[in-house]
Amino acid sequence: MLGYVLRRLAASIPVLAIVAVLVFLMLRLTPGDPAAVIAGDNASSEQIAQVRHQLGLDQPLLVQFLIWIGNLLQGNFGESFFFKKSIGDLILGRVEPTLSLAAATMLIAVCVAIPLGVVAAYRHGSWLDRIVMGASVLGFSVPVFVIGYGMIYVFAITLGWFPVQGYQPLSAGFGGYLHRLVLPALTLSVVYIALIARMTRASVLEVLNEDYIRTARAKGQVERKILFRHALKNAAVPIVTVVGIGIALLIGGVVVTESVFAIPGLGRLTVDAVLARDYPTIQALILLFSGVYVLINLLIDLTYSLFDPRIRH
Amino acid sequence: MSAEPTLLAPAVATLPPPRTLPARLLRNPVVALGTGFLLLMALIGAFAPFLGTLDPTAINPATRNRPPGFERTLRAEDGSTTTFRHRMGTDSLGRDVYSRVLYGARVSLVIAVAVATIALAVGLLLGLVAGYIRPLDGPIMRLMDGLMAIPGILLAIAVVSLFRAGLPAVIAAIVVPEIPRVVRLVRSIVLSVREEPYVEAAVMAGTRLPQLMARHILPNTIAPLIVQGTFIAASAILVEAVLSFLGIGIPPEIPSWGNIMAEGRNLFRVYPHNILYPGIFLGLTVLAVNMLGDGLRDTLDPKMTGR
Repeated sequence: MLGYVLRRLAASIPVLAIVAVLVFLMLRLTPGDPAAVIAGDNASSEQIAQVRHQLGLDQPLLVQFLIWIGNLLQGNFGESFFFKKSIGDLILGRVEPTLSLAAATMLIAVCVAIPLGVVAAYRHGSWLDRIVMGASVLGFSVPVFVIGYGMIYVFAITLGWFPVQGYQPLSAGFGGYLHRLVLPALTLSVVYIALIARMTRASVLEVLNEDYIRTARAKGQVERKILFRHALKNAAVPIVTVVGIGIALLIGGVVVTESVFAIPGLGRLTVDAVLARDYPTIQALILLFSGVYVLINLLIDLTYSLFDPRIRH
Repeated sequence: MSAEPTLLAPAVATLPPPRTLPARLLRNPVVALGTGFLLLMALIGAFAPFLGTLDPTAINPATRNRPPGFERTLRAEDGSTTTFRHRMGTDSLGRDVYSRVLYGARVSLVIAVAVATIALAVGLLLGLVAGYIRPLDGPIMRLMDGLMAIPGILLAIAVVSLFRAGLPAVIAAIVVPEIPRVVRLVRSIVLSVREEPYVEAAVMAGTRLPQLMARHILPNTIAPLIVQGTFIAASAILVEAVLSFLGIGIPPEIPSWGNIMAEGRNLFRVYPHNILYPGIFLGLTVLAVNMLGDGLRDTLDPKMTGR
């Protein structure tokens, strides 16, 4: 098992290296001149050249890349062009809101989607199944921010149950923290619920015709236990996989949701960095998000044998 | 007895199954509904100037932020006046939201078709090459793995930040993250098809590579690619809206559902109509494309499950 873990971990390094090269090349071959942006509107060409030299932008591309990778490996993400701060500190200060939002979303999505999917599969072809499936296509079809503004309109403006926007750190009190997290997490969970519910339904439906389900019924097992123990456990691998693939959707959704709800997290930072053409920050964020995505999917691969002992590494 | 044969004969003469594929597809109510709605949207986009619209970019400082149904007097050149009703209100620059929403259908549909076509063409080419020319398989697939490791919207944001904002930049930004999935799909089909006896027979008979590809391998990819292309189109409409909403997509001179909503963000509490109407059009259009895709998959793809 440990050998398998290490081998998989080693296999994800080339992927991340390719991501690093792509991200580096992409953002360095841009037409805009970051040195001119930093030096300001009134800078002379000597001042711009000086800034360019300070940032190392006058070096050959390969040298720039090696310096950048070397610094990254030492945990140094560099200095933000726009925020004039160390990117490492900048990111650390923004992790809490994003992590809270992602965790709350995941919790809501899994708790809602899996029972929905199981029931839809059990009542296959019924009106309930049709509603769940129809609603999930609808969930895929509406952009996150439209759902977000809909939620704000109904629950914050009309009913006044939740604040319209904003974030409160956990250290300022759990009640306020949770109160401000509910709407953004509900918003972001819609797509995720749609994705997981569909996969749960398909996967459970496939399993329900198996012999061991018939055997469980024959021995008089309670239907609820048949569904949530026998069927769901056997259907788990595709469901867990889609939860992992959905992390990409979640990360994209975080960027949008944080903008809608004015949450000062990593997603908001990404948009601000792009609008300011702050290349080092964009590079660091894309690399960070991709690294998290790859690692979570690696972790999920490793959990397969927990759900299905037939899968041995 | 003469009654016996009638028992065995079918009580009601069933309609013969439609022969052609489009006819078979349109029998599926989901496909018919989705296709119908998309045709309607295409007509709305094409005939937007004749549907009681104003110039969607005309700014009018006197009538900013008016609610739906607000009536304004228009003065023609000869001095005569007519009353124009802002069915969906006006935005914070006094532009007519109804006109912007109708013209906005153009951008979404153009992007959907352009992104799906380009992503399929590039993905098909790379997938055929990766699947058939062994030495190139490794490099192409590693590049695709790298692209797939970057969450789609982030990759689109990164690509769009490379260019000046505009339609081509947005199309390029949405195409790039879609390519790897097409390449993987095509490559997996090529890998399984190349072992088929008819391909081996063609190779034995001395068929040249381009002809082998075009006649024996390519046709196998068409049905799954049509299905994939529909879902790419749906996702392209959504990603354009997200990019424009974040302020890095289509510039406001070209009305798109995404940038109408971006414009409506600041005053959403007071004037929700700027997000409501384009949101409804966008949601229904994407829903129609998704329904079409689901229907196409069910009809074209029964063999393709598991691929």
